[in-house]
Amino acid sequence: MITTEQVAHLANLARIALTPQEIDKLAGELGIIVDAIAKVSEVAGADVPATSHPIPLTNVFRPDVPGETLTAAQALAGAPEHDGSRFKVSAILGEEQ
Amino acid sequence: MTLTRLSAETLAARLAAKEVSSVEVTQAHLDRIAAVDGDIHAFLHISTSALATAADVDARRLDGERLSPLAGVPIAIKDVLCTIDMPSTAGSRILEGWVPPYDATVVRKLRAAHLVPLGKTNMDEFAMGSSTEHSAYGPTHNPWDLERIPGGSGGGSAAAVAAFESPLALGSDTGGPIRQPAAVTGSVGVKPTYGGVSRYGAIALASSLDQVGPVTRSVVDAAMLHDVIGGHDPRDSTSLRDPWPSFTDAARAGRDSRSLAGVRVGVVKELNGDGFQAGVRSRFAESLEIMAAAGAEIVEVSAPNFEYAIAAYYLILPAEASSNLAKFDSVRFGMRVNPVGGGTVEEVMAATREAGFGDEVKRRIILGTYALSAGYYDAYYGSAQKVRTLIQRDFDAAFEKVDVLVSPAAPTTAFKLGEKLNDPLAMYLNDITTIPANLAGVPGMGLPMGLAPEDGLPTGLQVMAPARQDARLYSFGGAFEALLEDKWGHTLLSQAPSLEPTEMNAARGGAV
Repeated sequence: MITTEQVAHLANLARIALTPQEIDKLAGELGIIVDAIAKVSEVAGADVPATSHPIPLTNVFRPDVPGETLTAAQALAGAPEHDGSRFKVSAILGEEQ
Repeated sequence: MTLTRLSAETLAARLAAKEVSSVEVTQAHLDRIAAVDGDIHAFLHISTSALATAADVDARRLDGERLSPLAGVPIAIKDVLCTIDMPSTAGSRILEGWVPPYDATVVRKLRAAHLVPLGKTNMDEFAMGSSTEHSAYGPTHNPWDLERIPGGSGGGSAAAVAAFESPLALGSDTGGPIRQPAAVTGSVGVKPTYGGVSRYGAIALASSLDQVGPVTRSVVDAAMLHDVIGGHDPRDSTSLRDPWPSFTDAARAGRDSRSLAGVRVGVVKELNGDGFQAGVRSRFAESLEIMAAAGAEIVEVSAPNFEYAIAAYYLILPAEASSNLAKFDSVRFGMRVNPVGGGTVEEVMAATREAGFGDEVKRRIILGTYALSAGYYDAYYGSAQKVRTLIQRDFDAAFEKVDVLVSPAAPTTAFKLGEKLNDPLAMYLNDITTIPANLAGVPGMGLPMGLAPEDGLPTGLQVMAPARQDARLYSFGGAFEALLEDKWGHTLLSQAPSLEPTEMNAARGGAV
């Protein structure tokens, strides 16, 4: 069971401005999906180690030398807004902060 | 035979013999796209430089330059892969029109081998889906029946090769999106061993599951393409340093021998039961008979933890996706939506993601955020990672007894567009056959095993091998495909309906 309050909180954490209708719909759908996938905890005993990557590699390093990098113009080419050398964003802090 | 009906292998041979030019081959495919893609909608973007690229290859060949085997052969590229000269949207509104400042490593390798990119293919938004219905740019249609799904997420790549719009395509596979579309369109798709092909420049869905691979009409064609794109890439820290054998040689050896003598074939008991369509099961049973007649030893194996694979997958994937998709923040690339009256950068971000992401992407981001929340992490994500270990152990135990594992590549033939759109769980269950291989990182191949008698639609066989044994898939697949085609007297795709040219055509090509 997932409540609309939980979905609204998760949406805020994920930075998605969901509409109230979307929140209602998702609460119902996620409840069903979470019930279905909760079975993973049935078999995962304390003695089973977790696997994060299918084929684990360790100590993947490269020589510490400058490689090819994007130019400022290339990096800014897809930006919604920029001033020629930097990305432009709106205020970081709101009025109440 | 028209140029579009030929395999990449045959086209490559005729190009090398200078019997045909790359410009002619490329033009034939562009014409075919213009004629049928209005109905299929495999492509989101058609390259404006394909003919120039082809002309360049032709000039090099005339100059006597030593070229790679597939030089001059056209290819379609899944829109999840970054291309410096074409928009790369991953099927999402949030990246509409975005042209990346770099090529994915696999794309760079294609260009270095002088293949000719035709365009970018449609997909479920950020590869989240099994039907290509979750593309922000509208669904792709199955060439066998335009009212049915072409599979997903890479339905565009599978449909492009099945509709003879391109001899080759690149796909990406997170939970089956190369093998399942292959099954429902009668094409061949391979998910390489995790780390066998670079993920650099592949827009990430679930980093520990994603893998790029070939989508083609024959096993040898898939092997030839795999030989081009595979190998170590220092830009992908999960890329394997293994030296790989020639997959083309392996596939040809299998095809030439038509023998499976001594091969121990494991049938996964858990992947052939209730919920599998009758015609899929009967074709699968016939396939086992053909393998046995060719000398294979058929062994039933059990993988008891596969039952938990879907549950684990639908925790791991959303968790990784919710993290990967955090980069779409309306700052560095893609869409920006300013709320009415302005707002802080976080409010702009939230408004942008609300407008730019589709329903399925939102659903999975919220699910992933939930699974990673403090208090739920151990029960969900932590347990799912343990299930992953158990599934790997199932594979290890099975591969002690057998050389390859087989199952149907999808439980049913292609379903109708819209049929499962309002039932996300039913859509998720469609991936039951292919997900275990992604969780364990082992390579898998989907290839045709005949038409289901009840609906006349393609069914697919999945073959899996131990990690790093991709060559085994190609030799096995090459032999099995040849045996089936000998029996039929033709390829499966030659039986697909010939599509009528449509009125609404290339105009769509330019618009992303």
